[in-house]
Amino acid sequence: MSNMLEVADLGHTYGDHEAIGGLTFTVRAGELVCVVGPSGCGKSTLLRTISGLVAPSRGDVSLNGSHLAVVFQDYSRSLFPWLSVQGNVEFPLRGLPRAERRARAAEALEWVGLGAAARKRPWQLSGGMQQRVAIARALAYRPSLLLMDEPFASVDAQTRFELEDLLLRVRREHDTTVLVVTHDIDESVYLGDRILVLSGSPARLVADLEVPLPAERNQVTTRTDEGFVALRSKVARLLNVGKPSMDMEKWAAAERESLSETVSS
Amino acid sequence: MTKFLQRWTVFAGLVVVWQVLGWLADDPFFPPPSLIVSAAWEWWVLEPSNFFDHVVPSVERLLGGWAIASLIGVSLGLALGRSDRAMEYAGPLLVFLRSIPPPALVPVFLLLFRGGTSMQLATIVFGVIWPVLLNSVDGARSVDVTKVDTSAVFQIPRWQWVLGVVLPAASPKIFAGLRVSLSLSLVLMVISELVGTDNGIGSQLMQAQREFDYTRMWAGIVLLGVLGYGLNTALLAVERRVLAWQPRSRDEQHA
Repeated sequence: MSNMLEVADLGHTYGDHEAIGGLTFTVRAGELVCVVGPSGCGKSTLLRTISGLVAPSRGDVSLNGSHLAVVFQDYSRSLFPWLSVQGNVEFPLRGLPRAERRARAAEALEWVGLGAAARKRPWQLSGGMQQRVAIARALAYRPSLLLMDEPFASVDAQTRFELEDLLLRVRREHDTTVLVVTHDIDESVYLGDRILVLSGSPARLVADLEVPLPAERNQVTTRTDEGFVALRSKVARLLNVGKPSMDMEKWAAAERESLSETVSS
Repeated sequence: MTKFLQRWTVFAGLVVVWQVLGWLADDPFFPPPSLIVSAAWEWWVLEPSNFFDHVVPSVERLLGGWAIASLIGVSLGLALGRSDRAMEYAGPLLVFLRSIPPPALVPVFLLLFRGGTSMQLATIVFGVIWPVLLNSVDGARSVDVTKVDTSAVFQIPRWQWVLGVVLPAASPKIFAGLRVSLSLSLVLMVISELVGTDNGIGSQLMQAQREFDYTRMWAGIVLLGVLGYGLNTALLAVERRVLAWQPRSRDEQHA
């Protein structure tokens, strides 16, 4: 299988804050890779450097193809309220003839089950439906790589499950290569073929794990599958979930010190 | 219908009060509305040449000046709003120029253009460009980061970025500026016609006053009011159509 994305020694520094510290990994064509890491570890910076929104301080990102699409967490800001749902999906297709643009957008809306909402404004739809519009827009663009930044973090749990399954279905049907950035361990195991576990800031690669689950997943049975549970706890251990962080320990030590000073004086 | 009544009752009531007071006072400075309306009728309807020689040129100047100012204001404003560097250079200059009361420049424009339509247009343009320009700058700056990122990721062409993202995102602010500018245009149109010209509603006002024809002077004032009201109503109707995409608060709750 050919590599769709190759990231080599990618590092990024804002001023004197090192956000990403030398990441190397690849994403193969047709694969769905989840990047999981603690909040504020530089996941968003990683996504911004891969998508070309930020030029990295060092390292290389090479994409095997000309264009990628991004689905942002905040669908309400990423969709254009002055365009209809159809217009939003056609937004990245301006270079194409009108008829082809129409057809591609209509098709992508069918894929996400929103064929009937084409003429509505995005803000007339529910949050989950709006994110489906954003996914349709990305798919209509036929990207070599689909990047998703916490795509389901702003919807309720029920909708989240629906959207996860929708993503799995469309990427299987259209053989899309996907990189999902998330802080949710369960989500990364449920969605991914592979999981990249990042450390806290600056982000470094802690583990690159294959997900030993069948391609066909199910919200009820997969989540209780032994493989799923084992991998979830492995990722959790790698992320140090449940242990107090270094900062908390330092803070507690400083607190004890200042207390003893107050008592002695 | 009840809404219509509600909106116009106070207005009509005041006209009636003025009519009665005008009759009672019998003062040449404050003629009752009935006399003003009949003067307007005689002056502009029974003698259409007056309408075409004075009212039409005034409206042309007003709309022409406003259109020029809007075009320059919106394009310059959007460009400045999307460039922090340009705004740092131009900011103080804009604040300085905006602070100059436009009527103070009438003598300057009078010298520069030797009176006539170009001098009046210059006065109107200089006076009304600021609300459009500054609101466009503000609007262009308000394009939110996610939309900027989305546009960058999809590598849209430059024209689509300007006309398809920045312009619509700024349009609510732009319309707020256009409305202020339109009513300012009326003011500056009158001021620019007070000197250096012998046609237009403003010059007619001055002439009527000099000839002690107060009824005609009032007719001119009322005409300006009607004009301002009509133009504002027309612009509001356009705005409502153009900005129909804006989420209304009740719909937003559903999302």
